[in-house]
Amino acid sequence: MTDLLLEMHDVQIEGRSDETWMPIIKGVDLILKKGEVLGLIGESGAGKSTLGLAAMGFTRDGVRISGGTVTFDGIDLRTASAETKRQLLGKRIAYVAQSAAASFNPAHKLIDQHTEAPVQHGTASKAESMADGIELYRRLRLPDPDEIGFRYPHQVSGGQLQRAMTAMAMATRPDLIIFDEPTTALDVTTQIEVLAAIRDIVEQFGTAAIYITHDLAVVAQMADRIKVLLKGEEVEEAETREMLSAPKEDYTKSLWAVRAFQRPAKPAPATDAIPVVSVQTVTAAYGKIPVLHDVSFDIHAGRTVAVVGESGSGKSTTARVITGLLPQSAGVVELDGEPLPADYRKRSKDQLRQIQMIYQMADTALNPRQTIAEIVGRPVEFYTGLKGHAKRNRVAELMEQIELPASEYADRLPSELSGGQKQRIGIARALAAEPKFIICDEVTSALDQLVAEGILRLLARLQDDLNLSYMFITHDLATVRSIADEVVVMKDGRVVEQGRKAEMFRPPHHPYTDLLLSSVPEMDPDWLTNLLAERGVHNIGDAAAASIK
Amino acid sequence: MHPVLKIILQRLALGLLTLFIVSIVIFTAVNMLPGDFAQAILGQSATPEAVAAIRRDLGLDQPYVVRYFGWLTDMLQGNLGISYAQLNFQSNMGGQNLKTVADQIAPRFANTMFLAGVAAVIAVPFAVTLGVLAALYRNSAFDKAVNVGTLTSISSPEFFLAYILVLFLAVLNPLLPSIANIYQGISLADRLTATLLPALTLTLVVTAHMMRMTRAAIINLLASPYIEMARLKGVSPFRIIVKHALPNAWAPIINVIALNLAYLITGVVVVEVVFNYPGIGQLFVDAVKNRDIPVVQACCLIFAAAYILLNLAADILSMLANPRLRHPK
Amino acid sequence: MSAWILVPAVFASLLALGWAGRLAGQKATGNAPTYRDMPLAVAFGYAFALALVVAGVWLYLQPATLDGAPRASVIFWRWAVHFLAASAVAAFVFRLAGRHIGTEGTKKAFRNMPLTAAFGILVVLIYALTAIFAGWIAPHGQSQVFATANVVPGGNAALGGNPEFPLGTDQIGRDILSRLIYGAQNTVGIAFATTLLAFFLGGTLGFLAATLQGWVDQVLSRLVDVLMAIPSLIFSLLLITVASAWVSGAGLTAAMVVIIAVIDSTRVFRLSRAVGMNIVVMDYIEAAKLRGEGLTYLIFREILPNATAPLLAEFGLRFCFVFLTISALSFLGLGIQPPLADWGTMVKDLSAFINYAAFAPQIASAPLLAAGAIALLTVAVNFVVDWMLQRSSGLKE
Repeated sequence: MTDLLLEMHDVQIEGRSDETWMPIIKGVDLILKKGEVLGLIGESGAGKSTLGLAAMGFTRDGVRISGGTVTFDGIDLRTASAETKRQLLGKRIAYVAQSAAASFNPAHKLIDQHTEAPVQHGTASKAESMADGIELYRRLRLPDPDEIGFRYPHQVSGGQLQRAMTAMAMATRPDLIIFDEPTTALDVTTQIEVLAAIRDIVEQFGTAAIYITHDLAVVAQMADRIKVLLKGEEVEEAETREMLSAPKEDYTKSLWAVRAFQRPAKPAPATDAIPVVSVQTVTAAYGKIPVLHDVSFDIHAGRTVAVVGESGSGKSTTARVITGLLPQSAGVVELDGEPLPADYRKRSKDQLRQIQMIYQMADTALNPRQTIAEIVGRPVEFYTGLKGHAKRNRVAELMEQIELPASEYADRLPSELSGGQKQRIGIARALAAEPKFIICDEVTSALDQLVAEGILRLLARLQDDLNLSYMFITHDLATVRSIADEVVVMKDGRVVEQGRKAEMFRPPHHPYTDLLLSSVPEMDPDWLTNLLAERGVHNIGDAAAASIK
Repeated sequence: MHPVLKIILQRLALGLLTLFIVSIVIFTAVNMLPGDFAQAILGQSATPEAVAAIRRDLGLDQPYVVRYFGWLTDMLQGNLGISYAQLNFQSNMGGQNLKTVADQIAPRFANTMFLAGVAAVIAVPFAVTLGVLAALYRNSAFDKAVNVGTLTSISSPEFFLAYILVLFLAVLNPLLPSIANIYQGISLADRLTATLLPALTLTLVVTAHMMRMTRAAIINLLASPYIEMARLKGVSPFRIIVKHALPNAWAPIINVIALNLAYLITGVVVVEVVFNYPGIGQLFVDAVKNRDIPVVQACCLIFAAAYILLNLAADILSMLANPRLRHPK
Repeated sequence: MSAWILVPAVFASLLALGWAGRLAGQKATGNAPTYRDMPLAVAFGYAFALALVVAGVWLYLQPATLDGAPRASVIFWRWAVHFLAASAVAAFVFRLAGRHIGTEGTKKAFRNMPLTAAFGILVVLIYALTAIFAGWIAPHGQSQVFATANVVPGGNAALGGNPEFPLGTDQIGRDILSRLIYGAQNTVGIAFATTLLAFFLGGTLGFLAATLQGWVDQVLSRLVDVLMAIPSLIFSLLLITVASAWVSGAGLTAAMVVIIAVIDSTRVFRLSRAVGMNIVVMDYIEAAKLRGEGLTYLIFREILPNATAPLLAEFGLRFCFVFLTISALSFLGLGIQPPLADWGTMVKDLSAFINYAAFAPQIASAPLLAAGAIALLTVAVNFVVDWMLQRSSGLKE
């Protein structure tokens, strides 16, 4: 086969931890033809990035390729000299990193970094490369392409930097580009622009690419073929459409099935029912910077309200106002129809008990020096006064509810639990207070999809059993679809739209809601193409461009 | 106004304020001395005039605030007072030409600056080179050897290093004098020879600190994603250092250098005593032993001012070297 | 002048040696990556290291006397080599013992321990035992004056020694060995007490500032900023001057302890505040606050257990700093006051002996032993702290 570009055979990679070498990649094969895009997906810790870098013959410090072969266009990258590899990197193989903001050198202008590889490898003169760079910026639809290259990285926004980095990878017209989660750090509305730009330019130049991501819907738009990794081993590989329609392995099927979890919305509460929590015309500021303007919504007993929006929209600030960590400057928060003191220090023990929180990062939410029994037992003792045997029984009961038997887990430290188990302990701690209302702040966004699914199911069951009310803060609309009864959309500290879930997912919408909803990638390989066509027709893309600035 | 200029002016103002408050602290500390202090210092043989002079100097008959501002204006005009030793000498011997503290300090200050200068000239390039090398070849045998060496040097008291150097470079192999004999009209070559041993001692102490901090700063820098990006672009190792690492390394390195020069200030005191070097540090120690308050106060203020100035310089220079601040949005 | 020509000549020949060595390596291994990708600078480094080892061995093998006179350089070099070898062996044996004796936890710690850390722990243990049992170990009292002054160390009567005083006596006839042993008790003990005091002060205020924040934090932090703007040795000398007008002798020593503790507590304050701040922003602290927990629970149950590792490492470093400061002050004659035996003071008193090193190396050993005792303990503590820091940073990953 003459059009074979990259061949990795039985590659094994090890990482150094605690004076011993632990396997990261346990014998993976990978074949890439010229002009082909391969999607590499897997959960965190699957070894995707390590494998991607190994395709360039590169390992990070404390990592080594311990077995197998990596052959790029007939050159054995494992035995090639440092000089030979240096001549390939940046010339025939290029790399686009996850964080463009950190991967551009802060001391140089974008265009100077763009021209470095062509000039150093002798593929173009500085002037030629500069002109080409400006042309690439134009093709990637960067605003002000003639000028933007003469800025320093910190003067340019994240989505634009990511496109500038793609342009930089293209500078020498390489045969292969490794994209390492290029859109993970971006908001959905920004992500779509970057995705479209990357896909267009890869197609135009016929560049082969390995596209690494944990997002199935994203990889479905970008790749010709998909390879699924789990804990350093290949699960399966197939053409994109085939993989989406007929996955073979159980693990892959389970990944696809996550999207299927959907709970029917509960009927609307009676009109005269007193909401458990009522946020009324709340305005708040950090120092002199206003962050919330006139925010109002109600949360009724046994219902889930999802608060959605991009970073900086004021979702988490709303939670801080409700808990009393950030006293509002105007407006009221009511609990069961009674106004709450603005500052949590002025609230009664019972008021504090009724409102509990579950945090995004379970790692920072649990004290690493306390055992699970101490973490869950403290609120039990603090609020109910139970001690000794009674307290231990209550902790065991709570652990039963979160499906982690106390006999096995009670004496462990948080560091001895997995991410999903830690999150369950966070839930048990909230339940220990026997609250009416729980704020869930991005509780699933740090977790892998399967684990997140388990947490959502658990929360749904607990709501039914204990008649709990949830405020669900999230930026992930799939989560909203699966668990919410009502939705509140926020942007720049204001409520843009709110209503029942069924209404929210049916047009017509406020333009921002529409932009937000339509930007969430779907598991359809034609989704991006269709969407771009649609936006081209209806010209909604301008709204996207405006929101990106 | 350029934002960097604004920040620099703010820092300068803050530095001045700090110096002002430090002067209050020093003045207050000295004012905690007991009232009959003058008599105690001068002993029974003191003439009433000398005692009166000291009392006037301490200004015990005036309120605290008035005394402080009087003292401060004197200091600012370079009028550092007259040392008790001189007063005592005069009262017993009846001499006429009193040397003021300023007269005493000036030549010694120059000597100390010379010593610190020589130490810095040797230490800075040496330490920065070693630090960068250790960072580039981290976890190698070279790095580990340098690590143990600098750790030992940091851990050793200055006088231990000084006597080891004396042992090897002055006693066993008589290359350099073990006593720094500096006199009026000394030639530069002789002055250098006399200064070299104390300067080497200071170099050993400062190099260790400076090298370790440089190493840490460079390792931190080399771990940043843009260095990995440069490697993945196939940029040569030399060019990575010169074009990608160095422009971002100036800020931390300058910071390290200035901080360590500030550290020299403490170092000179002990080293000058070991080598009997006629600098301000030795004068300070003698004054402390004799409780010669005007000298102690003046030396303290000079040391503190130099220290604050160097820390300020570290702050400002590292800001100027930071590309993010130089090119604001 | 010839010495200056020697430097580039040596440099050039080492470079040539490195280049030749690399070439030989490439030829011998069939161009293995180790030699193929080796920069010339690294090859030079190997050549340089080789030259150092050869020079060291050559000096060691030289005869110790020349025409009947002792060659001090050779003797000192041999002492240094013997000391290093003995330390390495002792550390190795100690680590081996640690791997087989003790609880599971300590055994595990010893298994991954570098030799430097084992050496550090061993030295700290020896110093601690010496300090505690100084009264039993020392052959004589620390201020006991004998009729025989200036006895030469070594115990060899023919050379002016006396077996009763193995390290000799000082100018006024006190036994140097006993004073060294008591020095462990006085110098180390006082430095330890000072560090404890500094930690109590700085740690309490630092965590208070981190937890309460607001104006308490502002006031304390600004105060610390001012105190830290004066170099600490200079500031302590100033305050000791003032104190010396009020007290003397043991009182002055006590005053020095308080002065250094207060000045040093500013550094502890900075660190514990920073550590506290890092913990206070954690979600579990927010959860505890929202639960309605009081200040005592927050500090003692939530913050402190998470701060012990960095604070313990800092305790080691602060101890070294305090120990060196006190030694420097004592060396200047302004620290620990007689009649207490103390290493810094001993160095000052005995320093003149160094000038006899050329013809009687053992005489010069007395002041160097006292200074070396200070350096050895600080090195040991630093080795242990270095290891602890590396271990805790490794655990985070």
